[in-house]
Amino acid sequence: MSTRPQLEAIGTPPPATAGDAEVIPAAAARGPLVLEARALTKDFKLSEGLRRTVLSAVRGVSFGLYRSAVVALVGESGSGKSTVARMLAGQERPTAGQILLDGNDVQPYQHSQFRQYKGSVQMIFQDPFASLNSVHTVAYALRRPVILHQRAKNREEIHAELVRLCERVRLTPAEQFLAKYPHELSGGQRQRVAIARALAARPRVLLADEPVSMLDVSIRLEVLDLIDELRSQFELAVLYVTHDIASARYFADDTLVMYAGELVERGPSEDVTQQPAHPYTQLLVASAPDPDDLASELRPLTAGVRRAGSALSTTVGCRFAPRCPLAEDRCRAQSPPLLRVNAQRAAACWRLDVAAPDLLHQGFEEKEEAITT
Amino acid sequence: MSPTTAPERSREPTADRTETKPVLEISDFSVVYGDEVKAVDHVSLSLAPGETVGLAGESGSGKSTLALGMCRLLRPPAVITSGSVIYRGSRVTPEGVDLMTQSSRDLRKLRWREISLVFQSAMNALNPVLRVRDQLGDVLDAHLKLSREERHDRLDYLLDIVGIPRDRLRSYPHELSGGMRQRVMIAMALAVDPEVVVMDEPTTALDVVVQREILAQIVELQSKLHFAVLFITHDLSLLLEIADRIAVMYAGKLVELGNSNAIHNQPAHPYTQGLLASFPSVHGARKELAGIPGTPPDLKALPPGCPFVPRCRFAIDACAGIDMGLRAVPGSEPNHVTACPFVTNESAKTNAGVAPAVAAAATSRRRA
Repeated sequence: MSTRPQLEAIGTPPPATAGDAEVIPAAAARGPLVLEARALTKDFKLSEGLRRTVLSAVRGVSFGLYRSAVVALVGESGSGKSTVARMLAGQERPTAGQILLDGNDVQPYQHSQFRQYKGSVQMIFQDPFASLNSVHTVAYALRRPVILHQRAKNREEIHAELVRLCERVRLTPAEQFLAKYPHELSGGQRQRVAIARALAARPRVLLADEPVSMLDVSIRLEVLDLIDELRSQFELAVLYVTHDIASARYFADDTLVMYAGELVERGPSEDVTQQPAHPYTQLLVASAPDPDDLASELRPLTAGVRRAGSALSTTVGCRFAPRCPLAEDRCRAQSPPLLRVNAQRAAACWRLDVAAPDLLHQGFEEKEEAITT
Repeated sequence: MSPTTAPERSREPTADRTETKPVLEISDFSVVYGDEVKAVDHVSLSLAPGETVGLAGESGSGKSTLALGMCRLLRPPAVITSGSVIYRGSRVTPEGVDLMTQSSRDLRKLRWREISLVFQSAMNALNPVLRVRDQLGDVLDAHLKLSREERHDRLDYLLDIVGIPRDRLRSYPHELSGGMRQRVMIAMALAVDPEVVVMDEPTTALDVVVQREILAQIVELQSKLHFAVLFITHDLSLLLEIADRIAVMYAGKLVELGNSNAIHNQPAHPYTQGLLASFPSVHGARKELAGIPGTPPDLKALPPGCPFVPRCRFAIDACAGIDMGLRAVPGSEPNHVTACPFVTNESAKTNAGVAPAVAAAATSRRRA
């Protein structure tokens, strides 16, 4: 191609990519920025016998959470998506990078700031069987955050609030549910208790780490709908961590795709899922079962390409290169930063001109229009 | 995937299949836990040679109990209260053997050799202190008399067919990735050429990309080795792609059974319709999602008649009195059956599901 489009790098290569600076997320249209991750990085030190190794679980991840908007973080197990959520929740101390709440630099992992931070940022976990203490009732689980964060003092006040919380997550009749123990509840009901517990702190940010993957298919949608309803009711900024890119399509304004600790693609959910730019996202989308394609042949998509061990310790080049059908020498030598695809989208791939030629041209047309107008 | 849309996958056309006797025939099978929990309630299901039958249902629907029960692998308090499971493989007498009446010694000969199982969690199913070679070798030794060389070749062959490098024979399970462990499980299940392989959520714990690879592998192996598969999963979208026929279970009962395309295009039972509408798809146009309200059934306190009534949008008083036997879905293929009696010709044909049918039934009742 003679008119090979010039790719424009957003910021410098990881671990110092500036995320939102150049791409305007769809989520930003919903409300102002609440919580921001800037170049978050997490290394875990491992020791195998005498050998010390560093596992870089998250490298230079930047994104923002906006009021009343859902941002999905999609990736396979081991991609670092939960580590990002845990850092934002203050449960893990970042090796590098910043967390900004309302524009202020915060250290949520520090004891002195932890409780105040938790009043704004709450998390719900994947496994509702493990996240609730089995020897205490629902009322007990909800009472502590109500006392700690709402400063409710007298018994009646607390009780009224507990009932309100239960009703908000549709655990009715509330009185009955408050007296129950976790083992008396179904998975979906337990997750509702976990959501109520998060709401008890009256947060502005809700971090949901795989909130429905342990639940039965028939009730997943109800729980997602509930989270969405609470999002609009309380103007929550939601981070939805999931391995299921299809649910991100339906549930999130923006979708961020992680691979081996790095953001490889970001953009509006519908665009990312319908026209994925990065080869990994393309693989992910193609791997999702397609019930409408009854004649699909189910060929292995990565024919001949086997997973080349863990990519988490490699420091040179694109981490997807060993599995990527388009990888060339440059990919193995130099790590690609997030490159702008269009005003709302970016992907970290040197070979976008081959991986998603249509998208790139669209992006350039838009830009030219912007220049001419 | 139905045999008609995917001729390359099935060895024989559908017509032949219905004429050949099923390789496995489960009839009127029931399992009870303790006295009150009917985990599997009078289920009948058959597998043709080389066919893939998908069994869909959520946790507690009895799908795993059915799989374990038919291999007689259940322990007390589970009790098999009725039914027969006739196996008619090429290595047994033509009239077949009833797994329910076999002695435990005879059963041991049948397991793995004739019917094998792939479990969801390979980490738990593989012995952590045995190398892959020893685990696979055990299966061979138990059922075949092989010379040293033959045994060696067979082990290499087994790893080859599931796409694992041969040097992994020396590995312990913890040295393998989740996908590789699952492949070892599949190799083990295929070690002595069974004619029926039961797969109980074989890919649920895996990432989508790996899941896809393993499913492709299963499909490929099946076309090569011609075993029949009973594929159990909660993921209906996956079954629509890989199964020839799909059976849907709810609260221990079979509520719908039909060819994959019939289930996809004309789901008859409200539960199947609900399931189909409740998973988001990454492909195709955005569709309106609708979950199934309510909570999964409590098997200790099932309502009379149809167990889906508390969650069914179309439930009417008559549902409490229905017999959950399977009946043909009007206007659909002859082997498409459902337990819901309120599906009419029109509703099935228009693909509008049961709604108008039940509405009509309700009005007629009111008039009466």
